[in-house]
Amino acid sequence: MNRREFLKKGCLLASSSLLAGGLSGDGWTKTIFKDYDPAKHFYGMGIDINKCIGCGRCMQACKTENDVPAEPYFFRTWVERYLIRTDKSVTVRTISLTRDDPAEFSVEKEMLRSFFVPKLCNQCDHPPCVQVCPVIATFKTPDGVTLVDEKRCIGCRYCIQACPYGARYLHPVTRVADKCTFCYHRLVKGLLPVCVEVCPKQARLFGDMKSFASPLGRFTRIHKMHVLKPSLNTDPKVYYANLDGEVN
Amino acid sequence: MEAAHNFKELSQQVIGFIYPNEIEIHWSILIVVYPYITGLVAGAFILASLVKVFNVKELQPTYRLALLTALAFLLIAPLPLQLHLGRPERSYEMFMTPNPASAMAMFGFVYLWYLMVVLLLEIWFEYRRDMIVWAGESTGLKKWTLKILSLFSTDISEKAVAFDKKTVKVITIIGIPSAFLLHGYVGFIFGSVKANPWWSSVMMPVVFLFSAIVSGIAIVMLLYMIIIPLRGGKIDMKCLDKTASFLFYAVIVDFSIEALDFIHRLYESEESIKILSQLVSTKLFMSLVILQILLGMILPLVVMASIKILKFQEDLRKLLYFVCALLIQLGIFSTRWNVVIGGQLFSKSFRGLTTYKMELMGIEGLLVALVVLILPFFILAVLLKLLPPWKKEELAEG
Repeated sequence: MNRREFLKKGCLLASSSLLAGGLSGDGWTKTIFKDYDPAKHFYGMGIDINKCIGCGRCMQACKTENDVPAEPYFFRTWVERYLIRTDKSVTVRTISLTRDDPAEFSVEKEMLRSFFVPKLCNQCDHPPCVQVCPVIATFKTPDGVTLVDEKRCIGCRYCIQACPYGARYLHPVTRVADKCTFCYHRLVKGLLPVCVEVCPKQARLFGDMKSFASPLGRFTRIHKMHVLKPSLNTDPKVYYANLDGEVN
Repeated sequence: MEAAHNFKELSQQVIGFIYPNEIEIHWSILIVVYPYITGLVAGAFILASLVKVFNVKELQPTYRLALLTALAFLLIAPLPLQLHLGRPERSYEMFMTPNPASAMAMFGFVYLWYLMVVLLLEIWFEYRRDMIVWAGESTGLKKWTLKILSLFSTDISEKAVAFDKKTVKVITIIGIPSAFLLHGYVGFIFGSVKANPWWSSVMMPVVFLFSAIVSGIAIVMLLYMIIIPLRGGKIDMKCLDKTASFLFYAVIVDFSIEALDFIHRLYESEESIKILSQLVSTKLFMSLVILQILLGMILPLVVMASIKILKFQEDLRKLLYFVCALLIQLGIFSTRWNVVIGGQLFSKSFRGLTTYKMELMGIEGLLVALVVLILPFFILAVLLKLLPPWKKEELAEG
C-alpha cells in the first residue's frame, strides 16, 4: 500500500467510525433489525387495576427475560399494593417475589379498599430522561419506545434523577442505566412484552396505538383512562383503567 | 453481591414507601463536592472582579490570590464528576455526541470557556510582565517554567503593560457573566429536574449563585488570613474589613433568597409539602437547620453585624472574621449536601424517606471526597510558589 492509498483508507476508516458513533435512535433500530420498520408502529400499554391480583408473575418473568439482577432492588416492572384504611391512611408496599412477608397478604378490619398497581417505564411521549441524557444514550424510537444504548451510556445517572416514576436503575454489572424496553427485542419479532404474555388475568394489554382494532385500541375505548403524574406533562403511554386517586 | 447486602440493610431503614429502584442514592458525596468546588471558583472570581471592574481599591491585596484560588479549584472541578461516572472511560462522549437539550452536556463547554477564555487568559495578562521579570531574575528550571508560562513574550514596555491592564479589565467584564453562567448553570442542572420537587425551582440557579459568592469570598478571606502571616507579612486590616463587609452583604442576600424560597414553598404548600417537611424535620434537621441555617448563616451574620456596630479592636476582629469565614464554609458545604443528598432522600412517590449511607473507602466514598477537596490546596501552593501574588514590599507594608 503506497502512502496515498494509506491516507485514503485511513480517512475513510476515521469518517465511517465517526458516522457509526453518531447514529441517531432511528438509525440504531434500522441497523439492528433489518425486516422491521419502526415507523409503522406506535406502542402503548393498558393496565386494568381491577384485574390485577398481585401474583407478581410479570415481575418474575421480566427479570428472567431481560436479565434483570435478581436482588429485589432492581426492577423493570414491579407491582405495588395499596391499602387504604377507613381513617384514610394509606400504606403502600411493593409485592415481594419471595413472599417472605405474611403481612403483605393480611386483610385488616379497618380496610376501606385495597388494590394492586403494576408499574413500569411509562414510555413517555415527552420523556424527561431523553431530554437530560448528556450523550444521547437514551433515545426515543420512532415506534414510541424509550431505549438506552448501553454501549454509549456513561453512567452519570441524570436520567434516573429525571424519571418521575422511579422506573430506572443503575445496572450493578454493566454500570449503565437500565429500564423497561417494552421487551423491544420481542416486539420486533411480532411478540408481546413478556409481562403481558404471562399475566394470568389479562390485566396488562399491549398494542399498537395506530390501530383502531388492536386490544389496546378497544381497551382505551371502553374504559375511562388515566396516566400517572399527568401534571408533569410527560405524556405517558402506559394507560391505567380504574386507577385510584391515591396512586402516584 | 456486596451492593445488594448494603441495600438490604438500607431497606430496613426506609420510612414509609419508596419505589423499589429508589433504594440506591445515585448522586453521592462526590456530587456534593462538585457544586461546592465550582461555587468557590465562581465566588473567588467575583471577588477578584470587584477590584478590576468595580475599582474597590482596598481589595487589591486579595486580587491575585483570588484568581489563583479560582484556578486551583477549577482545575479539580471535573475530577469528582469523572470519578462518579459508572463508565468513566466513556466521558469523552460528552464532547463527541453532546445532547443539545441536556443541561449536563453543556458542562464541558461551559467549563472550557471559563478555564481557557476567562481564567487562564486573565491570569496570563495579569502576570505577564512579572513572569518576564522573574524569569530574568531566576535560574534553571524555574527560569524555564516561567519563560514557557509567559509564552516566551519579552515585551515589558509601558505600552505593552498598559495593554495588559486594559485586557485584564475586558476579560474581567466578560468573566463576571461567565462566572454567573458557570455556577448558575450548576444550579440549573438541579433546578430543571421537574420530577424532584426539592430541586425543581426557578430560584435554584440564583440560590447557587449567591451561595457561591458567599463561599468564594469566605475562602479567599481564610486563605489571605492564613498565607500572609506564613509569608511573614502583615494582614492589611482595611482589606480584611472591606472583604468581610462584602461577605456580610453577600450572606444577607443569600439568606434572603433562601428564606424566600422556603416561605414560598410553605405558603404554596403543594403536593410534596408533607414529605418535604418530614425530610427537613428528620433526615436533614442537623445539616439544614443546625449547620446550614443556624451555624452557617445566622451566627456569622450576628457576629459580623456586631463587629460593624461595636468596632472591636484589631486582634479580636481578625479572630472573629476567621471563625465566621470557617462557619460559612461549613454552612455552604451543608447547603450543597442538603440540595444534592436531601433531594434524593425522599421517594418520588412522596410516601417515604430513605437513607444515605456514605462509604468510607470506595471510589464514591468519604476518603476520595476528602482527597478531591484537599487537592486544590496543593495546586494553589504550587501556583503561589510560582506566581507569588504579593511583592516583598507589599507584604511588609500590610
